[in-house]
Amino acid sequence: MQPRDHALLARKQQRKRRLATLGSYAILTLGALIVLFPLYMAVVSSLLTTKQIGQQPPVFFPTNPQWHAYKAAFIGGHLSTYMWNSVIQTTEIVVGSVLTSLAAAYAFASFSFPFKRVLWAIILGTLLVPFEVTIVTNYKTVEQLHLLGSMWALTIPFMCSAVGIFLLRQAFLGIPQEMREAALLDGCGPIRYLFRVAVPLVRPQLAAFTVIAVLGAWNQYLWPLLLTSNDEAHRTLQIGLKALNAGTFEGYGTVLAGAVIASIPMLLLMVVFNKQLVRSLTGGAVK
Amino acid sequence: MSTRRSTRVREAALGYALILPALMLVTVFILYPFFRNFSLFLYHAPPYPGLPSKWAGLSQMWQTVSSTSFLQGLEATLIYTVLVVPIGVFLGLVFAVAAHQKLKGMAIYRTVFATTAVSSVAVAAVVFGTFMNPVFGLLPWLGIDPNPSVLQNPTWAMFAMAVIGLWQFVGLSFILFSAGLQSLPEEVLEAAKIDGAGAVRSFFQITVPLLSPTIFYVFTVGTIAAMFTFGQMDLLVGPGGASFVRVNTLAYQIYQYAVTTPNPGVAACISIALFVLTATITFLNFRFLERRVNYAT
Repeated sequence: MQPRDHALLARKQQRKRRLATLGSYAILTLGALIVLFPLYMAVVSSLLTTKQIGQQPPVFFPTNPQWHAYKAAFIGGHLSTYMWNSVIQTTEIVVGSVLTSLAAAYAFASFSFPFKRVLWAIILGTLLVPFEVTIVTNYKTVEQLHLLGSMWALTIPFMCSAVGIFLLRQAFLGIPQEMREAALLDGCGPIRYLFRVAVPLVRPQLAAFTVIAVLGAWNQYLWPLLLTSNDEAHRTLQIGLKALNAGTFEGYGTVLAGAVIASIPMLLLMVVFNKQLVRSLTGGAVK
Repeated sequence: MSTRRSTRVREAALGYALILPALMLVTVFILYPFFRNFSLFLYHAPPYPGLPSKWAGLSQMWQTVSSTSFLQGLEATLIYTVLVVPIGVFLGLVFAVAAHQKLKGMAIYRTVFATTAVSSVAVAAVVFGTFMNPVFGLLPWLGIDPNPSVLQNPTWAMFAMAVIGLWQFVGLSFILFSAGLQSLPEEVLEAAKIDGAGAVRSFFQITVPLLSPTIFYVFTVGTIAAMFTFGQMDLLVGPGGASFVRVNTLAYQIYQYAVTTPNPGVAACISIALFVLTATITFLNFRFLERRVNYAT
């Protein structure tokens, strides 16, 4: 090949590459606009004046933002109560499942005891059971435990997570065995070792699991629906949205304001802890 | 010798104590209710609460799965899954590949796509449902004006449900594919570009085969999730809706037999049927799709 051909080829490739870059941007921008459009319009429409609702063509920018829809959602729609319930529900589930997962993961990673493999298989096996097929009996169970009409009914069934045990066990297995032996020889008790040495070492994985636990708890629909459709005192935000969704003219802005309110905590969580979220969604495969 | 043995016993005791809370919760709230289905499905629910249940044997299962409502539910569940999963896998893959470059602004795109993965089904349904309102929604502006409205229209309601599910699934699909791409050897993807392979050709001939384990994983996860969907159906249509039978998925039927018209026997029958169906589809995925998966990398 002549040098001239090389130059020509290089230029051709460069042009091709620039075209590919442009194509990527085009695909991504189009996709991002479509994906973002519903949430964007929800924010815009929750800020409209009564006159602007239902206008043709629709209003795409809040020229005169109004906050009455948020006031209506918070006060008229009782979202302030529901939000508080969601905060309690999420906190209980996250604290409970983090503690039980830490303890079980630590035992499966560092202790030897009879039937360990069988018990581990049982824990992993629960990943195959969809929650939907357990609701009839679980409702009976919380009823018989006299938990109905309390937040505990919403939270206790989720205070254990096979995903959490799995992620944390992997993390504990990554700590060199010698470290534990040395600590124990130095007179550090096994429980003290867990909280003083092991937990700080697995902080990234613990954070990843906490993020996904928060997300899962906050966004829950089936179980809170089953328990709080007729129990306003313990209703969560997600179920509160259903009550707002009347499809009426007056409710138009209110329901969207409610959706925005319910989304903001999770969007913030996602922006701040994106890395942890990705890590937990991919089962710890990404470092 | 005896001290060593006592240490071992003590270690085992502590180990059991540590797994006890998790094991108890798993037993009471997952294993017990799951296996309980296999005894519940053998009994007819009593006509009045408090009366003894009547033995039905396998007949109740047969009656349930051959009933019109079950078959309609099965149809709805499968249509929903077919509408959402393949498109969601494809779009997530395309966006992830496009975003997997050292270009400016990619972090922003990544955040945008992830927003749908953190949105709850209630938020997604309420937002889309509002915009699908025939009077003050966005559809008239788009020139779509079906009568009756989309959500009440037996032909279109399921498409509306699928759009909502698709929107939610694309985010997760994107995240999983982005992670899969990061684990691929950079040189191979680079080599394909330098080789002068066109974008479309290198996508189908290099990226897709390399990513086949991830594709298989996303496909399986998406299918299982889709088979158990009922949130947007409940929020936007509900038992009173004109399009109800078209969107009354099997998961939604379990919920109704648990709450609205309590019938533990029938609920157990549908639960078992849906579980077996999903397990079979997952197994077939493994059997036939995984064969074409390339684990070489």
